[in-house]
Amino acid sequence: MIPAVLYALVGMGLFALGLFALIVHTHLLRKILAINVMASGVFLVLVALAARTRGAVPDPVPHAMVITGIVVAVSATALALALMLRVSAETGRAELPEEPLE
Amino acid sequence: MKKKSNKPKSITENGEREAPFRLLLAVLLSALAAGLGYAVLSLPSPPPGLSSHVAANLETSGVSNPVTAVLLNFRGYDTLLELGVLLLALLGVWSLGVAPEHHEPPPGPVLDMLTRLLAPLLILVAGYLLWVGAHAPGGAFQAGSVLAAAGVLLLLTGWRPGAGFSGLPLRITLAAGLGVFVVVGVVLMLLGGRLLEYPPSFAGALILLIEAAATLSIGTTLAALFLGGRPEAGPRR
Repeated sequence: MIPAVLYALVGMGLFALGLFALIVHTHLLRKILAINVMASGVFLVLVALAARTRGAVPDPVPHAMVITGIVVAVSATALALALMLRVSAETGRAELPEEPLE
Repeated sequence: MKKKSNKPKSITENGEREAPFRLLLAVLLSALAAGLGYAVLSLPSPPPGLSSHVAANLETSGVSNPVTAVLLNFRGYDTLLELGVLLLALLGVWSLGVAPEHHEPPPGPVLDMLTRLLAPLLILVAGYLLWVGAHAPGGAFQAGSVLAAAGVLLLLTGWRPGAGFSGLPLRITLAAGLGVFVVVGVVLMLLGGRLLEYPPSFAGALILLIEAAATLSIGTTLAALFLGGRPEAGPRR
């Protein structure tokens, strides 16, 4: 019970740290990494809270959601990286422009 | 709000925001984290959860591993749509262009030897994980990830899919998981059930069929995502 809550709190911390990095950094690779840290935090919260159920077996529904989520996160990261490479090939900088492009 | 009161370009030389902005952000996000932590701590003590519902219906699901039962039977929609998301991500990567040319140096003797040893072993492990998923931790996603790891390892040593495979056979393999899933769902609907409502006597076999196709598709999709673009030898250059 108590360790499960502790892990969930660590997951919340990871989420907040990732959000901080996502807002602060302008380099797109750092933003992608930050989103992945946020996702890890969410997965940690889900898995930790699944262990709170009574009985020996944790709640399988959050576990299934996390498996689904990990694969989606991996494929979304791959798409984001491909888009980042395209942006840096087009503009020479791996950052989004501050003003709208003319 | 506070961000707007700064000068429009609040980016310093090394591409990072100014210190007061970062301090304000840290304070705001600490408040957010504290609120989220409070929400976790104030959850009801005997958690409601769905494990009792899963345990009650596990016998009719065709598998004895509750996670696999949820993934492919009770919440089959999620997995179906997720395979669609995977395919969509690959389409997005492919639409950005042809895979970049990499002139990788030939692998050293250690990597070369290791890959020759590991690739068949990883395929074997993937098959084991797929089979064991019915009654123990494992399943299509784990097996697909191991298969993708074998593919990435091969790609790193300079191997590329041959012209014979990177056309239609590759596309069929990529779409097989979603295709088999949809076909099973539609056939079950035509037989009088609802979408993805397996009859308990066939459920185990149907789940294994879907998982086998999904494993191949997930493994190939993840490895193709690693390639970073359309394979060059495809028919639609």
